[in-house]
Amino acid sequence: MQPGAELDGFTIGERVHRGGMATLWTVTHPGINVPLLMKVPLTSEGEDPAAIVSFEMEQMILPRLSGPHVPACFGTGDFERQAYVVMERIPGQTLYKQIDKLPLPYDEVRVICGKVAAALASLHRQNVIHHDIKPSSVMFRERGEAVLIDFGLSHHQHLPDLLQEEFRLPYGTAPYMAPERLLGVRDDPRSDLFSLGVLLYFFTTGVRPFGESETLRGMRRRLWRDPHPPRELRPDYPLWLQEIVLRCLEIDPVARYPTAAQLAFDLGHPEQVKLTARAQRLKRDPLSTVWRRRFNLGAAPPQPKSDVAVQLASSPIVAVALDLGEETEALNETIRVTAEQVLSTSPSARLACVNVLKLNRLAIDRSHDEQGQNKHVDRLVALQHWARPFRLAEGRLTVHVLEAIDPAAAILEFAAVNLVDHIIIGARQNSMRRALLGSVSAQVAGEAPCTVTVVRPSRLTPATDAGDAAADAAPPPPALF
Amino acid sequence: MRLALFADIHANRQAFAACLDAARARGAERLICLGDIVGYGADPEWAVDTVMDLVGKGAVAVRGNHDNAIGVPSDSMNADAQAAIDWTRGRLSAEQKAFLAGLPILREEDNRLYVHSEASDPAKWRYIRDTSDAARSMMATELQITFCGHIHRPGLYSMSSTAKMTSFVPTSGMPVQLLTGRRWLAVLGSVGQPRDGDPAASFAMFDTTSREITYHRVPYDVATAAARIKANGLPLWLADRLPLGR
Repeated sequence: MQPGAELDGFTIGERVHRGGMATLWTVTHPGINVPLLMKVPLTSEGEDPAAIVSFEMEQMILPRLSGPHVPACFGTGDFERQAYVVMERIPGQTLYKQIDKLPLPYDEVRVICGKVAAALASLHRQNVIHHDIKPSSVMFRERGEAVLIDFGLSHHQHLPDLLQEEFRLPYGTAPYMAPERLLGVRDDPRSDLFSLGVLLYFFTTGVRPFGESETLRGMRRRLWRDPHPPRELRPDYPLWLQEIVLRCLEIDPVARYPTAAQLAFDLGHPEQVKLTARAQRLKRDPLSTVWRRRFNLGAAPPQPKSDVAVQLASSPIVAVALDLGEETEALNETIRVTAEQVLSTSPSARLACVNVLKLNRLAIDRSHDEQGQNKHVDRLVALQHWARPFRLAEGRLTVHVLEAIDPAAAILEFAAVNLVDHIIIGARQNSMRRALLGSVSAQVAGEAPCTVTVVRPSRLTPATDAGDAAADAAPPPPALF
Repeated sequence: MRLALFADIHANRQAFAACLDAARARGAERLICLGDIVGYGADPEWAVDTVMDLVGKGAVAVRGNHDNAIGVPSDSMNADAQAAIDWTRGRLSAEQKAFLAGLPILREEDNRLYVHSEASDPAKWRYIRDTSDAARSMMATELQITFCGHIHRPGLYSMSSTAKMTSFVPTSGMPVQLLTGRRWLAVLGSVGQPRDGDPAASFAMFDTTSREITYHRVPYDVATAAARIKANGLPLWLADRLPLGR
C-alpha cells in the first residue's frame, strides 16, 4: 500500500491513521463523490490474530448496514489479494476528543447520549449489537445524527459470529464492557445500553464507574459490585439523570432499559423520567447485597438465548393520539380497548399519550397567556385520566401535549423524533368536520415511519352522504394499516 | 455461477418439486444433489428418475447411505429406515438401482467438495453434530468449502487460519459470505425430512462469484407427502414426523 497506487478502481491517497488493528487511508474513486476511507487490517506475522478476525467481522457486517447512523460501505476486498473495506469518511472527530473537558454539562451529555441511543436503536433494528460502544466509536454528522464506527467486535444475529469461539477471554474495551459479556454472552443488545451508561456516567462525572482495570479479575468485580451513585460524587447531579444512568448500569440486563429506543425516549423527556429508589441513592449497595450477588453468581437460572428482533418487538414504543374535544368519549373508549390489546402482547412496551393543542394561525402566541397555559395543563390531566385504567408499571407511561398548527404533522414529527414503533389514532367521525379539516388519521397513516392503527367505534352513526357511506361502511374497526 | 444444493430428498416428491421450483425461480444454473435421494418417502421412482434426468443435463450427485443401502444392505439402520429401504428396493428398476450404486461418494469441483456425510471417512456415514466433528472433516480436505447433508439440520461451520472453529445456525433467506480467509463446512438441511422443528423443505443456493450462501425454507404440501407414506404401508412415524419437522 502506498500513495498513488490503485486497487479495484480506488486510488490510494494518504495514510491518516495507524492503530493496533488496522491502518486507514484516504482513497478516491471516479464514480463516487463522497470522501472515502480505506481500512486495511494488519495481517503480518506477529500481529494480534484478533486483528484478522475482527476485520472479517467488519467485512461481513458493514456492507449489510444502512441508514445515517453508520458509515456507508463502498466495497470490500478479501484476503486472497488485499483485504480492505472502503467506507464513507465521516468528517470531524470522535467523542474521544471531549475526554479532556470532562465532566461536560449535564444537558449537553443528555443530548449527546440521546443521539447515540437513537443510533443504537437503528443498529439493533438491523439485528446488530455493536459491543464496543465507547467515546472513540462515536462520531457525528454535520446534521447532528450520531454515527457508530468500528464493527470489528460486533455481533450480527443472522451471520456467523467469528468471535464467539475465537478467544477464551471476552474481547473489547474493559471499562465499557457489560458484565454479561464476561460470562460469554454476545447476543443481548442491552450490553450496548450498559456501555452507553458507562459513557453517560463518565461524561457527567469525569470518573469511569468501574475504573480502568484491564485484568479479568478487575473486570469481574462488576458482576457483583455496583458503581458509586453519581450523586455521591456530585451532589448537584439531577435525579432523573441518575435514574437513567443507574438503570443502564444494572448488573442484570433485564433490569436495564428493554431497548435503546426507550432509553432515547427518556433522554429526550427528562421531565417525565419516572424516579425510583435509584434516583435517590447516595451510596453503593451494602456489602451484604454485594456478597449475596457474588456468591450466588452461578445460581441464577441460565437465560434462554435471546433473539434481538423478538426482544425489540416485545418492547415497542406505542403512541396513542387522542382528541379530547366534545363527543370523543366513545371513540377514546375504543382506542383504549385497542391499546390494551397491543400492550397485552408486548410486556415491555411503553405508552406515550399524545394530544395536539391546535394553535391559531393568526394568534400563535395565545398559548403563552394564562388561558393557554391552563389549557395545556388541563389536557395533560385529561390524558393522565384516560391512561389511568391501564395501571401501567412505573416508567411505562408518559403524556405529551404538542402545540401545533397542523396536528398530523405534529404527530408525525413526534413519532419520528421519539422512535415510535406504533401509532394508534382515531378516525374522525363527524363527516362535516372531516370535510372541513381533512382527515388527520389518513395523513398520519399515509406518512408515518411506523405501523399505524386507525380506530373507529363499532357503533357507527348513519352516514350523511354517499361519499362518507363508502368510508364508514368499511368492516368494523379497528382497521389496521 | 449460481449453484442450488439439495440434500436428503428421501423420496419426498412434493418437497423436492417445491425446492426445484424455488431454486429455478432464484436463477439456479447448476444443481448439486448431496445424497439420500431415496429412503423414508413414498416416491422413490420419481425421485431417482428426476435426479437421473438432472445428472444427464449436467447436475452433480453423490451417494448417500440410504442410496447405498439399496445395493449394499446396511446393518446399522433403525427399524423404520430399514423397512423403508426394503420397500424401496422392491420399487426400483435395475437401471435405477444401478444409477444409485454408481454415484460417487464424493466429488471435487474447483475449491469445493461435495459429500453426503463428511470428508474424513465418507463411507462411515458419520454425522456433523458439533465443531469437533466439523473440524475432523475439514482437516481431511484441502478444499476451501465442503458441502454436505446427512444430519437433516442446517449448520454452517468455519475454521480460521489458526484452526479456531465457529458454528452457526443459518437464518433462512439471509446470504452469508464465505470469506476467503477461512475454510467452511456448509451442512444442508433436508429437502424431504427436516428434523430441526421446521417442517418446510430446506435447500441452499451458493453464488460462486460473490461467495454467498443462502439457506432457504420452502413450504410444500406436507399432507399429501404424509398421506402417500401411509397409503403405501410404510411405518406410520415416517408420515407423522413430516408435519412436526422432527
